[in-house]
Amino acid sequence: MDAIVFVHQQLNANASKSYPTFKAGDNITVNYKIIEGVKERIQSFKGDVIKRQGTGATQTFTVRKISDGIGVERIFPYYSPNIDSIVLNKSGRVRRAKLYYQRERSGKSARIQEKKRAVQVKAK
Amino acid sequence: MKGIIGKKIGMTSIFEANGKQTACTIIEAGPCVVTQVKTVDSDGYDALQIAFGEAKAKNTPKAQIHHFNAANTTPKSVVKELRNCSITKQLGESITCDIFAEGEKVSVIGTTKGKGFQGVVKRHGFSGVGEATHGQHDRQRAPGSIGGSSYPSRVFKGMRMAGRMGGDSVKVKALRVVKIFPEQNYILISGSVPGHNGSIVLIQN
Repeated sequence: MDAIVFVHQQLNANASKSYPTFKAGDNITVNYKIIEGVKERIQSFKGDVIKRQGTGATQTFTVRKISDGIGVERIFPYYSPNIDSIVLNKSGRVRRAKLYYQRERSGKSARIQEKKRAVQVKAK
Repeated sequence: MKGIIGKKIGMTSIFEANGKQTACTIIEAGPCVVTQVKTVDSDGYDALQIAFGEAKAKNTPKAQIHHFNAANTTPKSVVKELRNCSITKQLGESITCDIFAEGEKVSVIGTTKGKGFQGVVKRHGFSGVGEATHGQHDRQRAPGSIGGSSYPSRVFKGMRMAGRMGGDSVKVKALRVVKIFPEQNYILISGSVPGHNGSIVLIQN
């Protein structure tokens, strides 16, 4: 097991990326690099995180969105060099770590309530 | 042919230069010690005998201890022979994982995980009966007929039946060396190799 940890440390040593911390229920935008021949462009995928899976360098997360009325899920490796950036749009209030129940829902019931955070109010 | 003995550590995945994620196996390969150089003149064939892994001297037979002493090394746990080896090494010299280069095609020989006594569906890929109804009772994974009654009146040799599965020596060909860490003796090989973690494998090409 130490050998696996070592290999990951070596391979990810030069990958110094910092993404915002997000978890299941959050709404994020993943800007993903797509290489077409020699050209490279960035495609964004915006949706709700329904799962964070695995540990270490092989961990992945799944983003679900509704595209033209059809649910689309995409699995991203967290340390993929093709992820340009991740933007956290909203953090959601959910009670589960894996939101598989979202697959059976559509429309209003598929909405995730936004988590209300305490904000420091400046004194007048 | 060249080769090295190693220990399977486990599997992981890495990102290659083109951004693709590749599943690979980490193998702790070598260092191996040359314990005997066989030649056509003395033994009738050309081969390099290599040894890997430490063994306790008190558990090693005296004859083997002397054999290892002749190569000026400590007792080893695994000894293998590489026939017609392309590496020219003298007795007592060590072989490390830098005999391979990144991107090279290799084959890996290992012993598969033992599965115990298995039926024909798992062991030989029979499809089973396929239906649970139409009078099948409880024989959905049964092999069916194993031969004719009046002719040949016997069961042909080699008829595939249930039995012990796994624990066989298997060679997996055309695997790719993804990365080498010479200081730690780690080799990363694309795909999977036979056996459980910690089992002994032979990497060759």
